[in-house]
Amino acid sequence: MAGASQSLRLNDPLPLDGGGELVNACIAYETYGAPNEDRSNAILLCHALTGDQYVASEHPVTGKPGWWERMVGPGKPIDTNRYHVICANVIGSCMGSSGPASEASDGKPYAMRFPVITIRDMVRALVALLDELGIDQLHAVVGGSMGGMQALSLAANWPERAARVLVIASTSRHSAQNIAFHELGRQAVMADPRWNGGDYYQGEAPDAGLAVARMAAHITYLSEEALTEKFGRNLQDRDAKSFGFDADFQVESYLRYQGSGFTRRFDANSYLYITRAMDYFDLAEEHGGKLANAFAGTAARFCLVSFDSDWLYPTSESRHVVRALNAAGAAVSFVELSAPHGHDSFLLDVPALDRVVKGFIG
Amino acid sequence: MNLRPDLAAIADAISENARVLDIGCGDGALLANLRHTKQVDARGMEIDGACVERCVAQGLSVVQGDANRDLADYPEKGFDYTVLSQTLQTATRPDRMLDQLLRVGRQAFVSFPNFAHWRTRSALMLGGRMPVTRAIPVSWYETPNIHHVTVKDFRELADEKNAKVEREWFFADGKPVTSGTNWRAEFAVFQLSRD
Repeated sequence: MAGASQSLRLNDPLPLDGGGELVNACIAYETYGAPNEDRSNAILLCHALTGDQYVASEHPVTGKPGWWERMVGPGKPIDTNRYHVICANVIGSCMGSSGPASEASDGKPYAMRFPVITIRDMVRALVALLDELGIDQLHAVVGGSMGGMQALSLAANWPERAARVLVIASTSRHSAQNIAFHELGRQAVMADPRWNGGDYYQGEAPDAGLAVARMAAHITYLSEEALTEKFGRNLQDRDAKSFGFDADFQVESYLRYQGSGFTRRFDANSYLYITRAMDYFDLAEEHGGKLANAFAGTAARFCLVSFDSDWLYPTSESRHVVRALNAAGAAVSFVELSAPHGHDSFLLDVPALDRVVKGFIG
Repeated sequence: MNLRPDLAAIADAISENARVLDIGCGDGALLANLRHTKQVDARGMEIDGACVERCVAQGLSVVQGDANRDLADYPEKGFDYTVLSQTLQTATRPDRMLDQLLRVGRQAFVSFPNFAHWRTRSALMLGGRMPVTRAIPVSWYETPNIHHVTVKDFRELADEKNAKVEREWFFADGKPVTSGTNWRAEFAVFQLSRD
């Protein structure tokens, strides 16, 4: 389906958790389905780390279908015949919203002069967008993975802005293991000589480093079972091992393909900034060390979904949020769905997820 | 939609606009009924994921969880009523679960199959085997019921826990039983409170 591509330039500087502010911030977004008269039918979708606003329309760089076309569209669980769906590129990213590749006031790319941002900063920009669109309260805010962090952050910091909060395969804080994998990715980028302290926009980008970062991350998005099922120890286009360092195994070839494909659509510095924002995320810390405080007095309805094969943000993390919501007396649903794919299950064919999303959105 | 007799009694006794937590809510029949007929703020807890999925798909607020462990996460007197229907006998520690029900809810409904029903007694006395009856339909080796209880036992437990019996209902063959309940009731429902 066709989305409406738009962008908003914020007149006021955007205050940031790190102390500074982002001036002239730009937010690029797509909308699907029409707003109703009182603008009460809006659903904000929040995208994941390497996602973007092209949720249900063709990606302008890769030409691939939107990342959640199976969920969003006419007659789909998030039905664009009924709802006005909005998805914006997060700040720090590279698909039209302000990020390290954007021009700073001196006409040159920010590169590492771009301020370090947080998940709450991303959400602050989204709230500014809602203000501009005249949307006082969302019918729902929905997100998977990092999108779920944004949904939780919106619910905690702007509780009146969403009537329903749907958080899929996500967490209220990054664990040591989560941070460790992200640091691995960042170090891979920074170890590429082409990274050049982030100053590469005039020349060649650190694609080799970014590809390694993506390969490592991609492993965390899949379950061992999914990798075994998909590739096993199968060899790639050959009958015998090469006794060399080509991609002998299918799984190697697959990861290399994922890595190089990613560099064509993503900025290495954006990867550094967004992974940093995720690592800094700890919703309890923002609220006096007690997660239940983050949701005190909330009137929103919550739904959390985890997948049994997700080891990146396992069920225990969703339960942790559910416990806090129960302690806060919030209306919360939670279900652990069975799916073989690992963390990426939220993007893939899991019919039970469709039913839960449809039922919760109403 | 027709509710099971114990659930119908509970639904009837719950006041409008109340806050209700149904523990072991299954596919959400009671919650859906209460939300529809009494506009209650209906929440549930259920251990079976497929049941939870069906509840959420109907728009109910249900958390997948284990009542033996997860009731402790709920605030004190956060609900007007807690409901535990035909689940007490499956609890690891029914006494502790009763404590939690009375802690989380101002009042608690508990329903259970009565192990002292005459069919159960005669199956054991005359047959010499673990009873498999209408009320307890599963063989001993695969039943989830690990703590069978009788009407008398439950009264005693409620008494020990300083819980006051506000109301009680008894059923056999889907019909009310009013006398000789420990013999004649297949199912019992108690409404309890504790100050």
